[in-house]
Amino acid sequence: MSAGHRHRVHRPGDTPVHRLPPQCKLAAVAAFALTVVATPREWFAAFAAYALLLAGVALAARVPPGFVLRRMAVEVPFVVFALAVPFIGTGERVAVAGLSLSLPGLWAAWNILAKATLGVAASVLLAATTEPRMLLLGAQRLRLPPLLVQIAMFMARYLDVIAGEMRRMRVAREARGFAARDVRHVPVVARSAGALFIRSYERGERVHLAMLSRGYNGSMPVLSDLTASARQWLLAGTLPGAALAALLGAWALA
Amino acid sequence: MHVPDGFFNAAVSVSAAAVAAAGVAVCLRGARRELDDRTAPMVGLVAAFVFAVQMLNFPVAAGTSGHLLGGALAAILVGPYAAVLCMAVVLLVQGFFFADGGLTALGVNITLMGLVTVVTGWGVFRLVTRVARGRAALTAASFAAALVSVPASALTFTLLFWIGGTAPVEIGTVAAAMGGVHVLIGIGEGLITAVTVGTVLAARPDLVYGARGLAAPLVLRGADGERTVVPAAPARDASPRPARPFLLAGTALTLVLAGAVSFFASGNPDGLERVAEDEGFIGQAGDHALGSWSLADYGEVGGVPVGVAGVIGVVITLAVSGAVAYAARRRRAAAPGGARGTGEAGGAADGVTDGAADGITA
Repeated sequence: MSAGHRHRVHRPGDTPVHRLPPQCKLAAVAAFALTVVATPREWFAAFAAYALLLAGVALAARVPPGFVLRRMAVEVPFVVFALAVPFIGTGERVAVAGLSLSLPGLWAAWNILAKATLGVAASVLLAATTEPRMLLLGAQRLRLPPLLVQIAMFMARYLDVIAGEMRRMRVAREARGFAARDVRHVPVVARSAGALFIRSYERGERVHLAMLSRGYNGSMPVLSDLTASARQWLLAGTLPGAALAALLGAWALA
Repeated sequence: MHVPDGFFNAAVSVSAAAVAAAGVAVCLRGARRELDDRTAPMVGLVAAFVFAVQMLNFPVAAGTSGHLLGGALAAILVGPYAAVLCMAVVLLVQGFFFADGGLTALGVNITLMGLVTVVTGWGVFRLVTRVARGRAALTAASFAAALVSVPASALTFTLLFWIGGTAPVEIGTVAAAMGGVHVLIGIGEGLITAVTVGTVLAARPDLVYGARGLAAPLVLRGADGERTVVPAAPARDASPRPARPFLLAGTALTLVLAGAVSFFASGNPDGLERVAEDEGFIGQAGDHALGSWSLADYGEVGGVPVGVAGVIGVVITLAVSGAVAYAARRRRAAAPGGARGTGEAGGAADGVTDGAADGITA
């Protein structure tokens, strides 16, 4: 899971997709993901339509395909699993290029690959077109508990700080000739984690004091009111709407 | 182990989301009771810590490496409530920003990697520390807690896979593969957790939530040999409102949701079950090399799903909710000593608690 996290996830821009209020986009992506997951795996036409829809969104948001593909590296572990399923799966076997593969396993692998890929691509596009802070505010508008949103905001803000702290400790370790090669080196890494915890916690206490001195009373002041017009909701709704139409169309064909 | 979209069927996803929501709601209340207005900055920073620690790869065996899940570690360091919130937020941020774990699978991910690891980890930790005391026992308990929490999470994954996985792999194969790998990862997790907790105990024992109540009282010795035992600072136990009605309501709601959804789902066999029936592959069980785990049983799940899937869903929900509720009650009953001073009290309070906590019974 560490593969995709070092990239910048947000691509600033000024397209209609970027300008949509975050809560609309979040709701649209969630509805889209639900539609994808609910689609029976035999309806290939529907999956093709979903992929085209996402390509259309990427085009409208001017997100290059290479960016999306690189960010999709997080999916790799489950791709490996999906590729293994036809070999270890049960049920009727078919011979493909001299290999005995499980037919239900092939279906399941296709199912996982198609749905996971579409879901990941939709999430990547959402993160690419929405500032992290705004995304969390949008989640709050969608009735996620405010405390949870605040915690997530602190986390998002301090992620780079903590990661930087960790990186400096790693540089210090390596400057002294350390390289984690086998199990015997685990205690060194673990002591670094302990030191990192103490530093994080103490930083948290300092931040809390600083917040108190600026009048913090347990909830963050709302600076920007996120309101979405009906037109914006309608625009955001075109993605899940079109997906639903594709689903119904495939149903009519099936 | 972040589960993507489409890996579990809708029923399991929705049930797990209900369990996760109930668990997070309970923990939000618990954390606010303990941490007050410090909740957001402290839990947020610890969440960032967990996120960073998950990037620490450690070598498991030749060539392979694992990374921490961090659930048990967070539970021991900041307590179960804050730990569940940390894990939930970490998974939320990973799902939202990094597309790591599907949006529809968020409930599954929070249940597996947040609730299960924290609840089992904390349970094992309390069990061991109740039997034995002292710093060595704390380290051993940390090791055991982390060691158990990872395979527990993997086995819960297997159970969910059995109920509503979308791939036709025998449950025995999945259990063996997941269990085997995760016992190894669990050993690594246990080692790192134990040493990490030990490091923090050595430097700032007052920060280790799991070591609260183990601190020796502060004893002042006067010049004339007079000994005064300073009582521990009163615990921050502000909320007189009992959480029980809330817990009961949450559990009931979860049960209803999970039960209803399981039954609804089992009325519509998913693709695998349909294929199982259509293809009639039950008869081929003997042909397959891995066919020891009877395929008939698998078909059975597809064939008589109303009873089995529903009951299992309800039982799991009950177990998870019950464990969360029990943990919540336990925390309330045990008044933690040596609470950290509030921000206003500043350095003086820090000095006192540090001094007291340094005398942890060794």
